[in-house]
Amino acid sequence: MVKWNRKDLLGLEGLSPAEIKLVLDTAESFKEISTRQIKKVPALRGRTIATLFFEPSTRTRASFELAAKRLSADTVSISSSTSSVVKGETLKDTARNIEAMKIDIIIIRHKCAGAAEMLARAVSSGVINAGDGSHEHPTQGLLDLFTIREKKKKIKGLKVAIIGDILHSRVARSNIWGLKKLGAEIVICGPATLMPPEIEKMGVRVVYDLRKAVKQADVINVLRIQKERQDAGFFPSLREYSREFGINKEVLKDAGKDLLIMHPGPINRGVEISPDVADGQYSVILDQVTNGLAVRMAVLYLLLGETKVKL
Amino acid sequence: MKLKQKARIMNKAAVQRTITRIAHEILEKNKNTKDLCIIGIRKGGAVIARRLAGRMEEISRKPIPLGILDITLYRDDLTAIAEQPIVHKTEINFDITAKTVILVDDVLFTGRTIRCALDELIDFGRPSSIQLAILIDRGHRELPIRADYVGKNVPTAGSETIEVRLEESEGIDEVLVMEQEK
Repeated sequence: MVKWNRKDLLGLEGLSPAEIKLVLDTAESFKEISTRQIKKVPALRGRTIATLFFEPSTRTRASFELAAKRLSADTVSISSSTSSVVKGETLKDTARNIEAMKIDIIIIRHKCAGAAEMLARAVSSGVINAGDGSHEHPTQGLLDLFTIREKKKKIKGLKVAIIGDILHSRVARSNIWGLKKLGAEIVICGPATLMPPEIEKMGVRVVYDLRKAVKQADVINVLRIQKERQDAGFFPSLREYSREFGINKEVLKDAGKDLLIMHPGPINRGVEISPDVADGQYSVILDQVTNGLAVRMAVLYLLLGETKVKL
Repeated sequence: MKLKQKARIMNKAAVQRTITRIAHEILEKNKNTKDLCIIGIRKGGAVIARRLAGRMEEISRKPIPLGILDITLYRDDLTAIAEQPIVHKTEINFDITAKTVILVDDVLFTGRTIRCALDELIDFGRPSSIQLAILIDRGHRELPIRADYVGKNVPTAGSETIEVRLEESEGIDEVLVMEQEK
């Protein structure tokens, strides 16, 4: 049985397939807790977890906070707009001050790739990357893997299509690393302007025709069009994007009944995904949110459950 | 620490006989099976609980709900042990409120496992009573806990351990006293 010996969770790139499976197996047991009448266990009683979010978030932050609370840990949440960051304090100083308050884990979201890693080096607390720029979003990747495994009973050999803004998507990167490690076949598709150069080196097939990309796919992971990053004009209009790369009933007319449609949220309804597909028979979007909680509980437990207390 | 076998205190027939006796004792004490349920503590206790429930159903010809409790997340020594244990699922698919819960484990030692199990059970509901059934009581209690049904009392030295091997997991039914190799 593989052991978890890491202080931090920074990305899926550095994890071994066995470590990824350990998180998924642990999450399976944690999922049951959310079905209980009292959705709380004392595993992390007395531990403190800080969420340090420098970018907006609903799902990830709430999911982490709830995960910590269900394990009986205390949480403190700090956002850039209300913290001393606005007074010019550096990330490192903010983190060191949080650590001086004897916090066990810092969960960070930052617009810069590598911010979580820098923090992990600077502090002795555990650090969880909740999204760093366009780099990685490991817990989203893990919850996507968990959802696929739960629904399909396997990951190896599945054909997964990742559609949309690959260039800016940390979710896409974490998904690619995770899925590749567990043996899935990946096709990515999106406008050429939103395709990172040399992405094939990650072991994926690039297709620019949406219908070809989704043909015979077992899973379609639809990415959000990041409107906040579109000022540079990567495509002419949202309408045109929707026509070329939007997932709708017409695109899915030949889909098998076991197809899974995933989306990390928040959804731009009618842009990257039509409302009838987002709420339709193939959609597992809300299952992803439910599973996210179990996966984050598992990650917190694995990072904190081991004897790391200095008594 | 290497262990060697000191004595074999139960074989297959003895384990079966003991479970049958405990089944009779539970039915005799509780009279009515309507509100009875059995919950085994993973992992040895779960196997014994399954057998006990089966035996009780055979005797009483009434179904007895069976659940499995994983106490990992309720352990009070999580920070003191070398590696975090693997978490398994708790599977209790019925409401334990107002029920008489027969909590089952293979070995009763310090009593800390039972304390964790009681904490977890109470989180699931409010049973009318909880009774404890144990295959082996080896003594050395650190908490004021005692079993209502005991398969065998085995006074042991602190350096000895009890190994309960069951067919479902180890392929053989036997109970061994193990001691440290000198």
